[in-house]
Amino acid sequence: MKILSPEKIVESFKICLGSDFIDSSIYQREVAVKKNLFTSIWIRVKREAFKKSVEHICKLQEYPHLSVISSSDLGDSVALIYHFTIYYGHHLKALSVGLGVTLPKNDLKIPTITDLIPGAIFTERETQEMIGVEIVDIPDNRRLFLPEDFPEGVYPWRKDEKGPHGMLRVLPGREGIKNE
Amino acid sequence: MSETQTKTSYTIPIGPVHPAVHEAIRLDVSVEGEEIVDVDVVVGQVHRGIEWLGMNRNNPVQSIYLAERVCGICSTSHPFSFVQAVERATGIEVPERAEYIRVIIAEMERIHSHLLWAGVAAHEIGFDSVFYLAWRVREEIMDLMEYITGNRNSKAMFQIGGVRRDVTEEQLPRIRKSLEYYKSVFNQLKTVFLEDITVRMRTRNVGILKTEDALKFTAAGPTARASGVPKDVRQDEAYGAYADLDIKAITPDMLTGTVVGDVYDRIIVRLLEVKQSVEIIERCLAQMPPGDILTEPKIAKLLATLKKADGEGVGRHEAPRGECFHYVRLQGGEETLATWKIRAPTYANLVSMPTILIGGQIADVPIAFASIDPCISCTNRAIVVDTKTKRKSVLTDTELHKLSVEKTRRLQAKLDN
Repeated sequence: MKILSPEKIVESFKICLGSDFIDSSIYQREVAVKKNLFTSIWIRVKREAFKKSVEHICKLQEYPHLSVISSSDLGDSVALIYHFTIYYGHHLKALSVGLGVTLPKNDLKIPTITDLIPGAIFTERETQEMIGVEIVDIPDNRRLFLPEDFPEGVYPWRKDEKGPHGMLRVLPGREGIKNE
Repeated sequence: MSETQTKTSYTIPIGPVHPAVHEAIRLDVSVEGEEIVDVDVVVGQVHRGIEWLGMNRNNPVQSIYLAERVCGICSTSHPFSFVQAVERATGIEVPERAEYIRVIIAEMERIHSHLLWAGVAAHEIGFDSVFYLAWRVREEIMDLMEYITGNRNSKAMFQIGGVRRDVTEEQLPRIRKSLEYYKSVFNQLKTVFLEDITVRMRTRNVGILKTEDALKFTAAGPTARASGVPKDVRQDEAYGAYADLDIKAITPDMLTGTVVGDVYDRIIVRLLEVKQSVEIIERCLAQMPPGDILTEPKIAKLLATLKKADGEGVGRHEAPRGECFHYVRLQGGEETLATWKIRAPTYANLVSMPTILIGGQIADVPIAFASIDPCISCTNRAIVVDTKTKRKSVLTDTELHKLSVEKTRRLQAKLDN
């Protein structure tokens, strides 16, 4: 395995994805006394090229480490970020790669990546129940954290009308949290 | 009895609640006779919506203390990851001395957590004298943490942009005394856990996770390292004082020359990590630069900065159980976090659980499940369902524990003959 610099990695994504590559940024920070660099790369791609991007990460290191998928409700869209680590196992060489995809609210669908990274199953199940993004072809469609009697169509991390705000009990004398 | 009747498979749900542990979980274990043929992990019984509170109710400084309460054992790991994520999202600097104090606290936590695990693991196989020994040895680090931070757990040391309390010159002799104590008992612990024939019989070749499976299931921490994957955030990523210290991930082949990936290997990794943690603290004390411990001591000012900030960041810390990950997004004008995602190490390691258990015996469930250190076996109540007759019988944690202890005794008796 050849270890590429952060700039080279971004470059390789651009070549691989062409016009499906949206934008990227590299964050670096000097740490402690010896001023070694912490590096994280943020890449945003179009949904059509999402699976191809994950395949590309699997080429950079055979088994990339997937920490988790984070999801944000941005109003009319939902932003997913797949947080990978590549080049682990090498002293101070690990790079944090955040692969971002933005999905419009009227079409919340993303293909599963469990065929490439089987360990992604928990976080895909969580993403499905918490923000209401459908993971297409997910091998296990059940809920992960939410109880079985939790109402359908309510997604705890949503900030719109599908959020859980209506389910909150406001104690007497206290103000409720406003639905944004 | 016909062929089909003898092949009846049972499903045994283990869990989800045990009042003595802070994590509830259910394992649905399908067995044929004694052999485990399938496992399903059911989580969520103690989901408290902490991320939601951080996104809807609390300001980021309040969220540090909420993060601290994600886990009762790794009460340093979550704030450590969280403050790093916020610092990277906002560009807030951390003084060099604070980076060292953070690492000292985090390593003290690793010593206490690994010894706690060692005790519980011994209990799971019916070796209660070792359980008492390990927890007595652990008390020393608990006292030290109380001396340094004011509390045995939930230490409230972390703040965005540094730490809240200094480690002073007059505290050093007391810290060194504890470290010397751990160095003096290390060989005794090693003999008890690695050379005792009963421990070896119950843990060697039990609960195996092969290297390739650990990679595929993105296992983390000692679970991954015991399977020969040299994954350790302290080694891989430049953060805290670890970046200065040339940390090397510990794998079992360092001691035995081979990687099996079983429970025994997980004991080796955790034991050697206790020693490594003692060395890291010593080096931190020797190299710690003087200076400030906090960039912005005025909380109102810090909150004003955070309210204006726009950005996103990730924080990772190698918790005792593996990589603890936090993602934070801040949006200008919002008092709460715009997005907060936490991923604790057990979340990653539970995906490997079916692979670890399948092929083993029911009596091995307590120790094999405990071996990933999932804040331990809520093996509280197990309902055995006979799928043919629909007859239910309840196995309590005591009975399940008894099965495990009986297996140890059986093996010991065999040894005596």
